[in-house]
Amino acid sequence: MTEALIQLKGVTKHYTRGKQTVEVLQKLDLTIAQGDFIALMGPSGSGKTTLLNLIGGLDTPSGGELRVGETRLDRMSAGELARWRSRHVGFVFQFYNLLPVLTAERNVELPLLLTSLSAAERMKRVQIALGVVGLGERGKHKPSELSGGQAQRVAIARALVADPTLLVCDEPTGDLDRKTADEVLHLLQVLNRDHGKTIVMVTHDPKAAEFARHTLHLDKGQLVEQAVA
Amino acid sequence: MKYLPLVWAALWRRRPRTLFTMASIAVAFLLYALLTGVIAAFNAGVEVAGADRLVTTGRYSLTQVLPQGHLQQVRGLESVHSVAGQSWFGGYYQSERNFFPQFPTEIEPYLAMYPEIVLPEAEKQAMLSTRTGALIARTLADRYGFKVGDKIPIIAGIWPLASGSNNWEFDLVGIFDTANPKDRSLYEMMLFHHEYFDEARQFGRGTVGWLVVKVKDPDQSEAVIRQIDALFANSPNETRTATEKAFNQSFVKQLGDIGAMMSSIIGAVFFTLLFLTGNTMMQSVRERIPELAVLKTLGFSDGQVLALVLAESLALCLIAALIGLGLASLLLPPVSAKIPGFSGLTLTGEAFALALGLALALALIVGLPPALRAMRLKIVDALAAH
Amino acid sequence: MSSALSQISAVTLMNLRAVPSRLGTSMVIVIGIAGVVGVLVALLSMGAGFEATLAGTGQPDRALVLRGGSNDELGSVITRDQAQVIADAPGVARTADGSPRTLAELYLLTDVSKPGSSSPNNVVVRGTRADVGGVRPEFRIVEGRMFAPGVREVVVGRNLAAQFPTLALGGTVEVRDGPWTIVGVFETGDVHESELWVDIEALITASRRQAYNSVMVQLDSVAAFTAFKDALTADPRLTVSVQREPDYYASRSEQLHNLIRYLGYTVAVIMAIGAVFGALNVMYAAVATRSVEIATLRALGFGALPVVVSVLIEALILAAAGGLLGGVIAYLFFNGYTVNTLNFQTFSQVAFDFRVTPALLQQGLIWALVMGLIGGLFPALRAARLPVAEALRAA
Repeated sequence: MTEALIQLKGVTKHYTRGKQTVEVLQKLDLTIAQGDFIALMGPSGSGKTTLLNLIGGLDTPSGGELRVGETRLDRMSAGELARWRSRHVGFVFQFYNLLPVLTAERNVELPLLLTSLSAAERMKRVQIALGVVGLGERGKHKPSELSGGQAQRVAIARALVADPTLLVCDEPTGDLDRKTADEVLHLLQVLNRDHGKTIVMVTHDPKAAEFARHTLHLDKGQLVEQAVA
Repeated sequence: MKYLPLVWAALWRRRPRTLFTMASIAVAFLLYALLTGVIAAFNAGVEVAGADRLVTTGRYSLTQVLPQGHLQQVRGLESVHSVAGQSWFGGYYQSERNFFPQFPTEIEPYLAMYPEIVLPEAEKQAMLSTRTGALIARTLADRYGFKVGDKIPIIAGIWPLASGSNNWEFDLVGIFDTANPKDRSLYEMMLFHHEYFDEARQFGRGTVGWLVVKVKDPDQSEAVIRQIDALFANSPNETRTATEKAFNQSFVKQLGDIGAMMSSIIGAVFFTLLFLTGNTMMQSVRERIPELAVLKTLGFSDGQVLALVLAESLALCLIAALIGLGLASLLLPPVSAKIPGFSGLTLTGEAFALALGLALALALIVGLPPALRAMRLKIVDALAAH
Repeated sequence: MSSALSQISAVTLMNLRAVPSRLGTSMVIVIGIAGVVGVLVALLSMGAGFEATLAGTGQPDRALVLRGGSNDELGSVITRDQAQVIADAPGVARTADGSPRTLAELYLLTDVSKPGSSSPNNVVVRGTRADVGGVRPEFRIVEGRMFAPGVREVVVGRNLAAQFPTLALGGTVEVRDGPWTIVGVFETGDVHESELWVDIEALITASRRQAYNSVMVQLDSVAAFTAFKDALTADPRLTVSVQREPDYYASRSEQLHNLIRYLGYTVAVIMAIGAVFGALNVMYAAVATRSVEIATLRALGFGALPVVVSVLIEALILAAAGGLLGGVIAYLFFNGYTVNTLNFQTFSQVAFDFRVTPALLQQGLIWALVMGLIGGLFPALRAARLPVAEALRAA
């Protein structure tokens, strides 16, 4: 295996709901290698989305050490995390989460607005990203004019466009039919294999998990087994 | 600038809502511009008043008449450049509704004192050589269709002719305008010779209503005021002299609470508006919480999200304000030309700047609460709520 | 029909129950319309108060004689000879001892300042007689005493005294030829309360006037006016205009009243446009958030009419609440509020109270309902046209 990209050491996460404290992750140790494609599975409430949010820098651990590349995410402020996310992580959501008022191109361009690239340079990269997901000619369409599969591809292009090392996907095929889902998963596979993106994907669909290199099972906040695909 | 398409698209997320909101803001700024125009018209006399001009009236009231001998005495003062006696004619053209001020005055010194009144030289000469001649403001000539050469009948409200008749008639020999169109409302009047007026009237001969005095050195105005009033102190016809500015100001003050009334209307309009616009911005942000969370996920900082929502509010308010002000600047000239005493009303640069300031303040007040809400959004919660 | 009615009431009740949960947005209609109605009623109440003060002045069985051609007392001159002719005219009421009940009066302006200001205000000085009550029975001294004949003493109208604290009992006011002593405060219940009254002979001496401004005449009866007027107009010794007293004062309030009314309606119409847009916004939003409920009702077989009517009723109820709120605010803040301004038709200061009358409140409410109707109609039509299946799928 190549060098480790993501390292969790004794990571815990708990939420306070009123007077109750809910332990979501308990002293989790986990290492994900650079270039890996991980499917994260587990029943509802197992903490898989929480784990994904931590890895993606959307949330911070309550305790323990979380390292992505050279960066200690557990020690960063919200503002630092935002800057870090814009450079290093791409997100894909179950419901695509495209901005309905913007065209596909403008949606894909969003992460680039946070860079110092010129407008021309941004458009060039947007076209490349749309090309990679096979939607080069749909750039001018609004999300409402796209099918579910197309919308998810636009979302993937948006995740790719800033050329992050890590892609974080939360149920990316949860809202798609089997055939479209397989196409999207295949696209993720290509991104992993040919473009070297490390992918962490939460799914409850075993068929989807088959596209990953490894599958991790999470239950009650702990890893239960580590199977090699 | 690169965020502009994002702000623009968000602004038009619900087109009818944005249009309605813009329309109501535009309407408020239209009203603002019209009302400040009215206030400006009330105050015009104060702003335009000549620094070198004084007005001498009877001590107890402007309506007291003064003996014409006063003119000579004031003219004799070393510090005085020139003097023009003037009276209030108080007549009307055809009916009382067609009221406009008519002043019998000493035309030559009067015109020399008021360089802001622009009259062709030939018409001025015609006036000086025509005993029954009259000059009238361009706005009045337009309103009543008067042309040079017309005979203008004026019915006396105060001063009948020696015969007892109220029907005066003047020969219109000149039409004047003001150097600056916005001063038109101030000089919307008719002038004729005081000498003719005095000879022809039934009673009150040998008196003038008041004196307009031009001083040699405006810095010495206060001293000249004391000199003039001292001339007539303890005489049967004591005087009260004031700068033209103070004199005009006293008329504005006499209107009393009208200015305060206007300001409170503008206040009520903007307060009402605050609710309308604030509601729109709140609605708009509420609908977009998941989208704003996505932006944050992509790495937009709290400050950037705040700025985006504020920019949207700013765009909404500024565009609407500009539409309202544009509409006002189109409407003001034709409307004001029809209202006696308000001719030449325009939207001044100052009022425009103040309006933009108001739009800015409005944008901040209505934009800040939703912007803060957007800024404080917790990504994890907002996405989960989806 | 009864089924339509029961449908309407069912849907309306359902909508209204949802209002508290959308209190914030519903308040936009209420406050927007309250703003319009408040401004409208406040401005019109100013006009109404002004008119009531001037137009409410005078008795129909009294006539005012001015120089022919003069529109007001200030610009009028009546000589002593003419005053005598007028007093001898037919129709003039007489006292028990046979003297005519007429008042030849002098009418001047003097400058009065408010405390802390040197800015002059044109205040009316009326030279009249100490027995003025014989022709003006509404005159009553409420404080101090009446001026003494021939003495430089002043009685101040109640409204004027309230607006100008400088005119306090025991103080002085510059009338003509130096300060005069204020000895009393009077009331008449009309525009004269904005005046200073002094003895006419004292004023004639001080102002060196030879003629009067006007003659006020108590007629034998209301009907005697025509004979009186005809006699004066036919008399070759006179060029006079004869008016019933109320007509004269009504004509003196016309221009300012019209200006206030014109301003009030212009402002209100423009504001109303803004408020209607606000109401449209809110009602469209209300329909949008309830599209599923509406579609469910339609699916259950409710007709389009109940949906339309219910949305309209909701808008009207909110608008009525706004109208009432605006009216109440205008009433609380402005009713009885006294202001003074320059009546440019008489060139003199007049003090008057704002009057928020029931008629104005009713007018405000009608405006509110019209705004509510327009603001509710289009959203209501959209609600009725909502495609049922699509709206349900969106749930």
